[in-house]
Amino acid sequence: MTTTAGRHAETDFRTRLQDWLPKIVLAPSVASVMIFVYGFILYTLYLSFTNSKMLPSYDWVGLENYIKLWNLPVWYTALANLAIFASLYIVICTVIGLLLAVFLDQKIRGEGLLRPIYLYPMALSFIVTGTAWKWFLDPGIGLEKTMRLWGWESFSFTWIKDNDMAIYTIVIAAVWQTSGFVMAMFLAGLRGIDNDILKAAQIDGASNWQLYRRIVIPLLRPAFLSAFVILSHLAIKSYDLVIALTGGGPGTSTQLPATFMYSYTFTRKSMGIGAASAVIMLMTIAAIMIPYLYAELKEKK
Amino acid sequence: MSAVTQDTAVRTGRITRTFIYVVLLVFALFYLLPFFVMVVNSVKPLSEITGGNMMALPQVWTLEPWRQAWSTAQVGVEPTGLRPYFMNSVMMVVPAVAISTVVGALNGYVLTKWRFRGDSILFGLMLFSCFIPFQIVLIPMARLLGLMGLAGSVPGLILVHVVYGIGFTTLYFRNYYAAFPTELVRAAMIDGAGFFQIFWRIMLPVSGPIIVVSVIWQFTNIWNDFLFGVSFGGTSQPMTAALNNLVNSSTGVKEYNVHFAGAILAALPTLIVYIVAGRYFVRGLMAGSVKG
Amino acid sequence: MGFLDIRNVTKSYGAVEVLHRVDIAVEEGEFLVLVGPSGCGKSTLLNMIAGLEGITSGDIAIKGRVINNVHPSKRNIAMVFQSYALYPNMTVGQNMTFGLEMHGVPKLEREKALAEVSKLLQIDHLLDRKPGQLSGGQRQRVAMGRALVRDPDVFLFDEPLSNLDAKLRVDMRTEIKKLHQKLKTTIVYVTHDQIEAMTLSTRIAVMNKGYVQQLGTPKEIYDTPSNLFVATFMGSPAMNIIPAKVAMVNGVPHAEVMDADGKPCHLRFDQANLADWAGKEILLGIRPEVITDPEGADRASRNIQSLRNRVTVTEPAGSDTFVTMTLSGKDAIARMRADATVAPGQVFDFAVNMEKAVAFDPKTEERIRP
Repeated sequence: MTTTAGRHAETDFRTRLQDWLPKIVLAPSVASVMIFVYGFILYTLYLSFTNSKMLPSYDWVGLENYIKLWNLPVWYTALANLAIFASLYIVICTVIGLLLAVFLDQKIRGEGLLRPIYLYPMALSFIVTGTAWKWFLDPGIGLEKTMRLWGWESFSFTWIKDNDMAIYTIVIAAVWQTSGFVMAMFLAGLRGIDNDILKAAQIDGASNWQLYRRIVIPLLRPAFLSAFVILSHLAIKSYDLVIALTGGGPGTSTQLPATFMYSYTFTRKSMGIGAASAVIMLMTIAAIMIPYLYAELKEKK
Repeated sequence: MSAVTQDTAVRTGRITRTFIYVVLLVFALFYLLPFFVMVVNSVKPLSEITGGNMMALPQVWTLEPWRQAWSTAQVGVEPTGLRPYFMNSVMMVVPAVAISTVVGALNGYVLTKWRFRGDSILFGLMLFSCFIPFQIVLIPMARLLGLMGLAGSVPGLILVHVVYGIGFTTLYFRNYYAAFPTELVRAAMIDGAGFFQIFWRIMLPVSGPIIVVSVIWQFTNIWNDFLFGVSFGGTSQPMTAALNNLVNSSTGVKEYNVHFAGAILAALPTLIVYIVAGRYFVRGLMAGSVKG
Repeated sequence: MGFLDIRNVTKSYGAVEVLHRVDIAVEEGEFLVLVGPSGCGKSTLLNMIAGLEGITSGDIAIKGRVINNVHPSKRNIAMVFQSYALYPNMTVGQNMTFGLEMHGVPKLEREKALAEVSKLLQIDHLLDRKPGQLSGGQRQRVAMGRALVRDPDVFLFDEPLSNLDAKLRVDMRTEIKKLHQKLKTTIVYVTHDQIEAMTLSTRIAVMNKGYVQQLGTPKEIYDTPSNLFVATFMGSPAMNIIPAKVAMVNGVPHAEVMDADGKPCHLRFDQANLADWAGKEILLGIRPEVITDPEGADRASRNIQSLRNRVTVTEPAGSDTFVTMTLSGKDAIARMRADATVAPGQVFDFAVNMEKAVAFDPKTEERIRP
């Protein structure tokens, strides 16, 4: 454009303005993302190499925080919990979501009523979910007491107070909140499948079981992928639910990296270690999200 | 059978169908139960909770727990009830939702109809920002809000939610406008409409559905946020943080019925949105997950 | 200098040149059709005239004014889009006057222009409807109306009929032609449909791979295609391209082709300079309607050659019967009268009007000019 502009009448003002306006409009957002996301990531990354305690300090200590972090038993507890929580959460949500979606897809009477019931927990905050389940699972007033009052005297359900089992209560609450959403994703996928394919397979003599295993479920691959990405991302970020349900306890038995980071940074005044744990969380999520986003954006072209 | 239907063409037998209905109903119970417990026990006197069955309907119906949760319960140190925090949340949510939606709409418009070299890289950067663990920005954000004098204030929370919300709103509007024919924009250009005129006269009038989706998504997310609220809320904590304080206050007797009422109060705005506009709510969830 | 001048215009995306030195001068009142397969650059060229895409090098001028860097709205052009691009939120009337409104034309004048044009296009009863309530043909009219009210120097049409069903397309084609004859406007029209190009245009630019392959009147393009691409792209069914050898019989160049049994047949050329090609391979181009039964042959022609060959398939199409045969190992189609009596397997005496035959150099694919 510049070469021709010189030879002819100047590019009119309107055209030039219109070349710039879109960029001017986008600029504040880009700038804020650059500062508040990428700038901040770099800042936290830098802090993770300093001896910051209660306040940020800029004294370089190399990998010391990372070494300390990997020597903390509670960090291992947090990682082990994340592994248990994330894998169970993802698998159970996917199984329940798929099951409900397939069942709901069978011309069910009252589907319009059931669907919102399955999905409404997604509208609640994790704090509310955690609070509700905390009572429900509390042996003193919740499920255990109710069962005993109903005559099952020996019924015992004390997972939430049990160091080894408490993490599973978090799985239960998280599944309760999100599995309906996974159902909605699979249902959308099922509704997108061409019915002629199903009819053809039935004419070919496939049983319902074979039909789903061999044809429908493979066709739901994109929904599986999306569900996996969303659920793993939610699992790694999980903070509110743990705080509301168990507060990380009993003891440190339900700590996750997200709660670990918060307590080390703001409660225990070890900002350097907190920053280091945040960096590791980011890298874990990035390892899942970046390939996914890249593939999604590329496909669109 | 000739009617066009969205449902599957798979046929099932009578026994299978019974089984399916049983499973579906059991799960409906599973999803409803905790909320049922909350509602039922929020209208009981405390003695009925500690002495009775959580599944039982109240013998004495009372709205006292609701009144207490709203206006007199001890939250932190002050017996203010949840009302001031509810107001904090409202004052935070409304501007944050409005600003992030407007910015997202403009961004989506630019990224689809005024494309330039490198725009998809910029969009990718914005999109990734939706998925970062916010722990990574907590420390510098706390510092920056402090420097700006916004620490512990509602405007500070608005800023935070706008900044970390525009990724999603931009995604929504971009995907929506991408399906909007570019020829219309070209026609308007030839007709002599400028950048903002096209946005205002051509794009915005057809953006109703996606505005609803974006507003609902942002509203739900910001209302339900806890991490930013508890980190940067200071004396202007939002509802979620206050609820957590109320429930976990260690002084005195645990007034479960008040806690239940408080939890429902915290959930009410988003639940109402869900009940009134569930269709758009689901669309928002889908658009945020399946990057269409 | 024409009314609309496209001078040495090229378009590149990065290092890739997609449009190569296009040179077209359009006279006032002319109906120029840009035709070619998808990806040939015709729409890019149209968008460059409209100002929707930048010009890499060269000039585009309207009425002598170079408009390379002029905003689309200031070029005094109007465009009809493939999807019609009607603003869904506005009524038909608002759609049609939006451009005038944006150009600051007073309301009274806008309404006068709207009344005139909507009457001309017979859409005056639709003015308060939304585009969503209109049929395809009505939308098409509104899109044209929106262009007409602007009273521009040049109308640009981007495949305006491709979204209509077959019957409506023919009707609208006639409509556009009538409109052009009545208003004598200058039109540049893009299509991939060669029949549209033939019927509508006063001149055609056939494009392929970013080059203008041939620029000429419909008759020139159809009768004397300048290369193999133009020959096969224009006309339906396509021109038969048959490998042949130039053989001299009695000192006159003949095309030697093989019949279905591999027996050579000779068809006398009208074109004397083909003697230079004696003994060499060429590609013989014969349009289907040039091969007929002897009774159906063009009586005005001075060079009807007889060709005896076996019929492979017959396809009665109502108005014509298409007959397929094998010539030099390739399928060739003849277009016969509907009542011609031919049957598959029959050996038939075809009449070939060699006045209309063309010959191509098989290497360069260019026509061997007389």
